[in-house]
Amino acid sequence: MNWEAFWLTVRLAAIVSMLLVAIGIPIAYWLTYSRWRWKFLVEAAVALPIVLPPTVLGFYLLVALGSRSPLGRWWQALTGHTLAFTFEGLVIGSLLYSLPFAVQPFAASFGAVDRKLLHASASLGQSPVQTFRRIVLPLSKAGLITGFALSFAHTLGEFGVVLMVGGNIPGVTRTLSIDIYDQVQTANYSSANQTALLMLIISFLVLSIVYGLNQRPWTVNPWQ
Amino acid sequence: MAVKTSLAPPGAPRMSSQPISSDLEVRIRKRFPNAEGSFLLNVHFRALAGFTILFGASGAGKTTLLDCIAGINDPDEGRIAVGGEVVYDAEKNVNTAAWKRNIGYVHQDLALFPHLTAEENVGYGLRKLSAAERNSRSHEMLGAFCIEHLRTRRPAQISGGERQRVALARALVTEPRVLLLDEPLAALDRPTKSALVGDLRKWNQNHRVPILFVTHNGEEVFALGDEVIALDAGKIVAQGLPHDVMRAPRLETVAHLAGFENIFDASVVALHESRGTMTCRLRSGTVELETPLVRAEVGSLLRIGIQAGDLLLATEDPHGLSARNILPGTIRRLVQRDVVISAIVACGGTDFEVHLTLAARDSLQLSAGKSVWLVVKTHSCHLMGV
Repeated sequence: MNWEAFWLTVRLAAIVSMLLVAIGIPIAYWLTYSRWRWKFLVEAAVALPIVLPPTVLGFYLLVALGSRSPLGRWWQALTGHTLAFTFEGLVIGSLLYSLPFAVQPFAASFGAVDRKLLHASASLGQSPVQTFRRIVLPLSKAGLITGFALSFAHTLGEFGVVLMVGGNIPGVTRTLSIDIYDQVQTANYSSANQTALLMLIISFLVLSIVYGLNQRPWTVNPWQ
Repeated sequence: MAVKTSLAPPGAPRMSSQPISSDLEVRIRKRFPNAEGSFLLNVHFRALAGFTILFGASGAGKTTLLDCIAGINDPDEGRIAVGGEVVYDAEKNVNTAAWKRNIGYVHQDLALFPHLTAEENVGYGLRKLSAAERNSRSHEMLGAFCIEHLRTRRPAQISGGERQRVALARALVTEPRVLLLDEPLAALDRPTKSALVGDLRKWNQNHRVPILFVTHNGEEVFALGDEVIALDAGKIVAQGLPHDVMRAPRLETVAHLAGFENIFDASVVALHESRGTMTCRLRSGTVELETPLVRAEVGSLLRIGIQAGDLLLATEDPHGLSARNILPGTIRRLVQRDVVISAIVACGGTDFEVHLTLAARDSLQLSAGKSVWLVVKTHSCHLMGV
């Protein structure tokens, strides 16, 4: 069992899912309330990582983060090294890769808040921002936790993007999924088995939390 | 349940210090969709402090009108001013955001915040005040609307009537310049209704703001109205005191809404100037009714509206009645609506709708097929032009 890879993976997933809450809420807010006619293009772009092969996303990221791109050069001037094949690069890649898993549940739960409540809040003198903070966010609690947990679990299990952007540097970019791949390549099945089982359990637990939360307590139980 | 005097004790610091006297002036046009395509809402009116009833069938544009005043929906053109301050003016490009208008709006669905307690709901609009001030104001309002005991409960845990009270208290506590009420009493039984109306009236004695009250219930119009505006298909078809608008309806749309379940085409067959009446024959059959005399000639066409609640049924041929019209007929069917029995009675080829109490049905042992006599007072016949 590669504990170094385990903690690296957990750290990556935790940082990414927390950042995604901060980034995803404004994006989801805009997607929910904007009346811009081309909004659907943004929606499609946000959803891209769901359908795109991770290698495609990883390839473009590698180009964008490399020393020839403006972003790469800027980062290099700032820190002295490129973003590619670093933990920071991995964070950026994972943010994009898991973005829809945060934004979509957020936007869905914001959109499910009855507009009449927003109108009522406005007629009571509350600005749109106050209304969002006092009405929409509290009523979207389940959606926020779902988005957080899904992006955590999704980052935990990513493979292709990590391999493309991060490579396989122990302690820097070697995550659990890559570790499993390595173990299998070297025919070390018992170690691969342990790691795989651990991933399975963690992922199952996270998803159980998500579905447990979204299970409505007032749903009529058909078996009772 | 009445408003406790604590709502505005003499010399109370905030609540009654400045009776705001504002009026509402609305002149707007807006095309809005409804079930039958699209309507043009085109209204111009001024509402003074006190109740103004907006009366009309569903789809007449009442809610769209309120939404425009509240700032939730934008008119296509026009001007809206509250107490002289323009909140919307299409020509001058003025459109104050809803949350800056200080117009209270209680929606038909109430829209209570489900995650907040009754007290938090009521205090919601008082965010700018200090916590202590906010608490004392919400307490005062909860007390005034007799919902103090619900303080810590969520909307899902209280009854429909209590929710209406919370919604009203929540809107009133912010001391709006105008109050818009979209059928706030629709779901209530009569005693609860009149108690709430009493509370509202008391509140407005101290605040003197225009209250636009939307309803399609004719009874509420009489109970509340200082002024009635009848709206049909986006236009104001009648305006005035409830009695003028409702009791002498010139328009069939208003008549229907005012609760004239029976509307008949008729022609004048004889004038009785000495009695102040005339005889009209209903065109749908052989029935003749004696109605109040109006300026009409023999042979002229008119329409007669009769409220179902104004008609009497007798199981024997009645004698010694002052009513001029006693028509033999047969009950076709009885339908129960809430606590009212609606009887359809066929008399000489015309069906009349009669409203009875459950007790009357039972004591007269009414059932379909039974022969009855229908009694119509002359002055229950309201005449309209065709």
